[in-house]
Amino acid sequence: MNREKLIGALATIVGDEWVHHRPSELVAYSIDGTFQQALPDLVVSPATTEQVAAVVRVAAGVGMPVIPRGAGTSLAGGTIPLGGGLVVNLARMNRILEVDKANGVAVVEAGVVTAELQRAVEREGLFYPPDPASLNQSTIGGNVATNAGGPRCLKYGVTRDYVLGLTVVLADGRILRLGGKLIKNKTGYQLAQLFVGSEGTLGIITEVTLKLLPRPRYRATALAIFPRLDDAARSVNGILAAGILPVTLELMDNLTINVVEDYLQAGLPREAEALLILEQDGNHPEAVRDEVEQMAAICGELGASTVQVATDEADRQRLWQARRAVSPALGRRGRNKLGEDIVVPRSAIPEMVRRVRQIGQEYGFEIPVFGHAGDGNLHPNIIFDLRRPGELARVEQAAAAIFRAALELGGTLTGEHGIGTLKREFLTEALGPDAVEVMGRLKAALDPKGLFNPHKMFPEGDGVEGFLRQLPLLGTAEAPG
Amino acid sequence: MTGGLNLLREQYDNLSACIRCGLCLSVCPTYQVSFKEEEGPRGRIAMLKALVEGHLNLTSDLLEHELNCLVCEACTAICPAGYRMEPAQIAFRADIRDAAPWPVRFGLDYFLGNLGRLRRLVRLLALGQRAWLVSLASRTGLVDVLGLRRLTRFLPDLPTTFIVPRGQVWRPAAGPVRYRVALLTGCVMSTVFAGVTRATIRVLTANGCEVVAPAGQGCCGALHLHGGLFDSGLRLVENNVRAFNPDEFDAIIVNSAGCGTALKTYDHYAGSPRAAALARKTRDVTEFLDEIGLKPPAGEVPVTATYQDACHLAHAQRITAAPRRLLRAIPGLRLVEMAEPALCCGSAGVYNVTRPGFADALMRRKARNILATRAEMVITANPGCYLQLLAGLREAAGGDRPAVEVRFLVEVLDQAYQAAPQAVFVEVRG
Ligand SMILES: Cc1cc2nc3c(=O)[nH]c(=O)nc-3n(C[C@H](O)[C@H](O)[C@H](O)COP(=O)(O)OP(=O)(O)OC[C@H]3O[C@@H](n4cnc5c(N)ncnc54)[C@H](O)[C@@H]3O)c2cc1C
Ligand code: SF4
Ligand code: SF4
Repeated sequence: MNREKLIGALATIVGDEWVHHRPSELVAYSIDGTFQQALPDLVVSPATTEQVAAVVRVAAGVGMPVIPRGAGTSLAGGTIPLGGGLVVNLARMNRILEVDKANGVAVVEAGVVTAELQRAVEREGLFYPPDPASLNQSTIGGNVATNAGGPRCLKYGVTRDYVLGLTVVLADGRILRLGGKLIKNKTGYQLAQLFVGSEGTLGIITEVTLKLLPRPRYRATALAIFPRLDDAARSVNGILAAGILPVTLELMDNLTINVVEDYLQAGLPREAEALLILEQDGNHPEAVRDEVEQMAAICGELGASTVQVATDEADRQRLWQARRAVSPALGRRGRNKLGEDIVVPRSAIPEMVRRVRQIGQEYGFEIPVFGHAGDGNLHPNIIFDLRRPGELARVEQAAAAIFRAALELGGTLTGEHGIGTLKREFLTEALGPDAVEVMGRLKAALDPKGLFNPHKMFPEGDGVEGFLRQLPLLGTAEAPG
Repeated sequence: MTGGLNLLREQYDNLSACIRCGLCLSVCPTYQVSFKEEEGPRGRIAMLKALVEGHLNLTSDLLEHELNCLVCEACTAICPAGYRMEPAQIAFRADIRDAAPWPVRFGLDYFLGNLGRLRRLVRLLALGQRAWLVSLASRTGLVDVLGLRRLTRFLPDLPTTFIVPRGQVWRPAAGPVRYRVALLTGCVMSTVFAGVTRATIRVLTANGCEVVAPAGQGCCGALHLHGGLFDSGLRLVENNVRAFNPDEFDAIIVNSAGCGTALKTYDHYAGSPRAAALARKTRDVTEFLDEIGLKPPAGEVPVTATYQDACHLAHAQRITAAPRRLLRAIPGLRLVEMAEPALCCGSAGVYNVTRPGFADALMRRKARNILATRAEMVITANPGCYLQLLAGLREAAGGDRPAVEVRFLVEVLDQAYQAAPQAVFVEVRG
């Protein structure tokens, strides 16, 4: 089938308006939250599961790769159409089909934006906890495909913990309906869970059934500043050892504090080695306040120089200001960034932060570290400038050193962003060859022709050396034909 | 194409600031009604960047997606990386100015660039009002091409006397002069909305301001800059920099959000220290009244009202709290929030004339959100929004009377002051 015929075939499924094929449109779908860029052959925006299935059958018929795309906020290059292909944009499938109060579940289309779902269920007194920092733009389908997490995950778990059912379009165009509204369901393999974190390589998720919780009525927050990083880590352990499970324990290291202070000029102490934001929620205001004050006291005893507690909304917002400013502050710092997402055992956090600092000094980069202290998920951000000669090779070395440090400390490559293209060459090192081989067999069973999201997740065999340089960088896309 | 994309090239660093996080998709009006990446800020940036890099040519599809941008600045306001859409669009549109439809280019240059002509046009329209235009539109096929039939939907009640800035001074009738301010009388604000500008003068004098309308001033140039008429825009900017001497005033007051945004960025277009001082001293009238502490109005305006954030106030100037504080200070007025108050209504300068598809979709969404509040009045601070809300609410009512009354914020304040009458100003000279 030639290009014109293919466009025609897709247009009969979704309508002319929803096949994006003109040059500028292909450029609009050539990027995501990373610094890579590759042009798709075509883009299509279906409106229903049936349309998705029909689109997949057309693509399978001509052997064209299919790249599922939610909001394109991936930080792993998951939606970059390496080598071309058909991007399936799910943003139009954004209906909240049902908020079932009686059963505490929501049924949504894959393109529903995370924050929209949260607002809708909160209006009903319910709660959908997973809160990636991208929640205002990311989609539920994307969250499921990457098993997204966020600050609240220490207490409430990650996306996986809320997926009860999925509708998935398979590589042969069949529509698979898995699970449903039941909280307990052990009938057969847990197939729905197989697609959680599959990064678009196994099927296209079109509908999701999610577990909801009752919405906690009260929240209180504390901010603690530590002259010494080790004291912050000891405080985190002290809090958990005291039997408190807070909603969040957000950590910012010294460099992050300074980057934020440069941006905000809010008077943060530049010498402090760590800043912690602690939050608790619940239904009893005294219990919530008690626990936050207890956490504040523990921090104070274990070396915090100042601790502030906020129970009213305005004060809470003020305490969160520094943490919220991390993204804009980093966004304005330097020209390029590589945001990493390693996980280490909680006890290894201070050691990991120190190693990142050494790696930064060794390769000449600022690498602020912030993240979720309760679960050991840290985001070292390498700030660089691609205009400097040889820069990318140095970034590669620094990133590889960070991965290896995390693995050495008993951790792993990614906590929530996924593997995509950016970390695929490290997969074997992280999982071992057997696990990668089993993954490959699963993939082959579900998608024998390798139609879905090729070049992602699995090592391409090019090795670790040059793992970034082999990727197409932003601004180097071929002019569309 | 003229100019070989020279201005856009200068925007390359700005375009490169985007880190592709996608946050702006959540606030972009054209994305929110299409869910297409090519109709969102991130896509528009990628396309402009690819154009500069030579990976894209200036094809009709690219032009369409870029010109669909309302330049509402919602993306700029929310962007964590400091990207700015307005200068990029102004540069792009100037580089491709021949692409703007000729009636728009002609209208902007012929009428807004010359206030004498604009006054004659408005007077002519006022005489015949809508009836004249409607019959003209239906009798001649040609006027359809100009979009006149659409235009009739937007036409408000027109005045026949205008404010011609000649250096007039209005002093408070009683009490001391606390501030001396200059007023930008503008183009449509001094003609089509002359009544609103008079209300602005009354409200300012009631708050202890001596108000001056410096002679020689004209249109702010914003529509020209957004419309690709860069050189005409620059001429208007320079003209106003000559007309206003910032050293003589505590503030330069603007009662149209779009014009205020333009004045506040004059330093980008005219590099002189005087332009920079002018930009620094520019205040939206709502911002200024809030800053100096509004004199509480004694009269009542018993109405349930909702407030529409003008893009150029909320996003470009980041003013959202001040107008609401002013409204809450009016006795009897009950303020209810509509859904998506800061989502563009689709007016965006002349956008509603040039790109009806998105404009109408946004207008209807706005009308629905307003009607859902059950408010009797919708209040805004920008002429474009006023006209668009009027059109949307007329359509909702299926007639000439809008389903909900549309007012400027200063008009409502003025009404509150007038409701407990007292002399507010004396005109001294002019
Ligand atoms: C500023 C910023 C902050 C972020 N913060 C966090 C954070 O705190 N926690 C976190 O976990 N992540 C975070 N991320 C990463 C990203 O937002 C998440 O990975 C998110 O879940 C991706 O959602 P999306 O809709 O944008 O998916 P996309 O980026 O469009 O896709 C991501 C991957 O999922 C696949 N995919 C998408 N939709 C489907 C579908 N319907 N069916 C099958 N496969 C699909 C794609 O092929 C791709 O491999 C952040 C990103 C940004 C830009
Ligand atoms: S919010 Fe800013 S950085 Fe993020 S995609 Fe939009 S323009 Fe780019
Ligand atoms: S200026 Fe407004 S319409 Fe244009 S891209 Fe930004 S948010 Fe969208």
